[in-house]
Amino acid sequence: MALSAEEFQTVQAPKPEVLKKVDPVSLPQRPLVENNRSFHYITDLICSIVEVKTPTWWWIAFTVAALTASFTLMGLTYLVSTGVGVWGLNNPVNWGWAIVNFVFWIGIGHAGTLISAILCLLKQSWRTSINRAAEAMTIFAVVCAGIFPLFHVGRVWFAWWLFPLPNANWIWPQFRSPLEWDVFAVSTYGTVSFLFWCMGMIPDFATIRDRCGEVAKRRIEGASGAVEKAFQIGYQKFRLYLYTILSAGWRGSTNHWRNFEMAYLLLAGLCTPLVLSVHTIVSFDFAASILPGWHTTIFPPYFVAGAIFSGFGMVLTLMLPLRALYGLHDLITQAHIDNMCKITLATGSMVGYAYAMEFFIAWYGANPYEGFAFVNRAFGQYSWAYWIMISCNVISPQLFWFKSVRDNAALVWVISIFVNVGMWFERFVITVTSLANDFLPSSWGYYSPTMVDIFTYFGTFGLFSVLFLLFIRFLPLMALSEVKALSMPQGDPHYHGTDHRDSHTHKAKTPVHHHGEEGVDQ
Amino acid sequence: MNAPTETTSEKKRVWGIIASFENAQDIYHACENIHQAGYEKFDSYTPFPVHGLEKASGLKRSKVPIFTFIGGITGFILGNLIVWYMGDFDYPLIVGGKPLYSPIFPFPVTYEMTILLAAFGTLGGMFLMNLLPQYYHPVFNHPDFKNATDDRFFVVIQRKDPKFEMNETFGFLEKLGATSVDYLPE
Repeated sequence: MALSAEEFQTVQAPKPEVLKKVDPVSLPQRPLVENNRSFHYITDLICSIVEVKTPTWWWIAFTVAALTASFTLMGLTYLVSTGVGVWGLNNPVNWGWAIVNFVFWIGIGHAGTLISAILCLLKQSWRTSINRAAEAMTIFAVVCAGIFPLFHVGRVWFAWWLFPLPNANWIWPQFRSPLEWDVFAVSTYGTVSFLFWCMGMIPDFATIRDRCGEVAKRRIEGASGAVEKAFQIGYQKFRLYLYTILSAGWRGSTNHWRNFEMAYLLLAGLCTPLVLSVHTIVSFDFAASILPGWHTTIFPPYFVAGAIFSGFGMVLTLMLPLRALYGLHDLITQAHIDNMCKITLATGSMVGYAYAMEFFIAWYGANPYEGFAFVNRAFGQYSWAYWIMISCNVISPQLFWFKSVRDNAALVWVISIFVNVGMWFERFVITVTSLANDFLPSSWGYYSPTMVDIFTYFGTFGLFSVLFLLFIRFLPLMALSEVKALSMPQGDPHYHGTDHRDSHTHKAKTPVHHHGEEGVDQ
Repeated sequence: MNAPTETTSEKKRVWGIIASFENAQDIYHACENIHQAGYEKFDSYTPFPVHGLEKASGLKRSKVPIFTFIGGITGFILGNLIVWYMGDFDYPLIVGGKPLYSPIFPFPVTYEMTILLAAFGTLGGMFLMNLLPQYYHPVFNHPDFKNATDDRFFVVIQRKDPKFEMNETFGFLEKLGATSVDYLPE
């Protein structure tokens, strides 16, 4: 029986008197952009990074990074000219550093996708000032990751056989193998992350494009000598063309934004299953085998948590120096660092839980081989690696419970390095311990990498840094439009600033003046 | 400021009237008023997506999801098709006692293909619906328009709007609190 409105009122219990007296408490919210900055300040701060003369530290960092990257080139050249035997692989350890490094780099990328996709859907506005750099990190990490399986196939010039393309042998990829699923997972991940990243940059490219004229004037006037002047004229013209093409003629019309925001939301929605699926499928490489220590159902969630953990470690490793170098403290505030530390803590604790649960199930499952695999991990010949992993991944992030630790940027950076190291060792422990002590004790051995392994891996940090430095120098470091719309109160169309900020918040009462009519009358 | 003289040849040169505003709040109210006044062919230009501005301007929901959906469906079908064609039809090979084709085991493949083509559909849809890349547009003629990607907000009422009257529309925009109002050449 339906009640009328009056009847419903009488049925409801009367509100206690005290509720009328209690005002809801308005909790103070930390501003995401500190010091009441204006829109123009944000534009200037971020765009000037790509507009000023290349700083000396950049050239030094770039040179060091490029030299480091040459180690990968050396390692790979030697490998291709000799054969995969130059890596320290042998039966039964057929997967060594290559797969460890692959999983390590792929994992790093996950924080970028989490920040750009899941945090977008959850309306976490604080992500706006870090998402661009984190997405760049994702793409560069995938580039580094891709090198290892690509060269592990042995004859890298046949690597395209991994894709379902017709070839002269008339055979196709084996879709029942988890390794083939990985080809699809990783290439889709890389491609979609790249599309998302590029689309997000279009409005910011337009901002840089619109500032090109003034920058060119300033730089050409500031040039000393005829040679530099000629160079600047050519270079500034190139810049204008480059950013004009990249911005695709973006003019920020409401119709543009309407479609852009919808596309952004959809891509965030499409990337969300990717965050969860990529490392799940990477973990299938292990979990779908029958090796003790690998054949476990906990692997997919455990790999995903570990990936996000390692990714946030890397985001902190990159963002803290950037913040210091470019004075981005108003945009990457303590609140941002706190949030990232807390996510690192949460995912680090999940990883710790997974380690404990693996051990428990190995015992509870009463499978002697599984039990041996785990006891061997912790107390066998690779126990040193296991305990490095435990102390870096489980113990070090626990320090983030303390506010004093989170407030100390230097300490946060050091812990983020520990997280990176720990997550590399996690993959090493998983891969190598199960293989080195396999079913036949007669084939047991002690796996060590060769110099070529070490060179190739070491160099990928250089490659990553080269790409990241180029990104800083030529692409917008932050999503300007997102910071303005979501992290700043004056971006809200219903905001009527009570606090005096700057000219942008008070109502325009200035007299109307005109210009530009000559263009019409002529 | 006088409107351009109303000769046929010069009339063609005006593409619309552009008004500039100082903040998100003003452009929002301006667009609300323009929409309520019955204008249809107008667009606003903002440095960031102003929340709710598309609704205030009377724009409907974006059509990009249609492209995403088409992309996703194509990807799913294509993924299944390649697994079936390559593993079952063209070159059947028995491996590990597993079926030659089933929608279950290649799920990672079809799933990734769905996402991949849906993402391409979304991006393509965004470009198509926005008619981008488009490197020339009359608004770029305005000397202050370069600030539209920084901290200025503009609205343009196009000449082809049925309600457009050279002087009336100009005065209407002035009354909305614009900091400047100008004629925009084609």
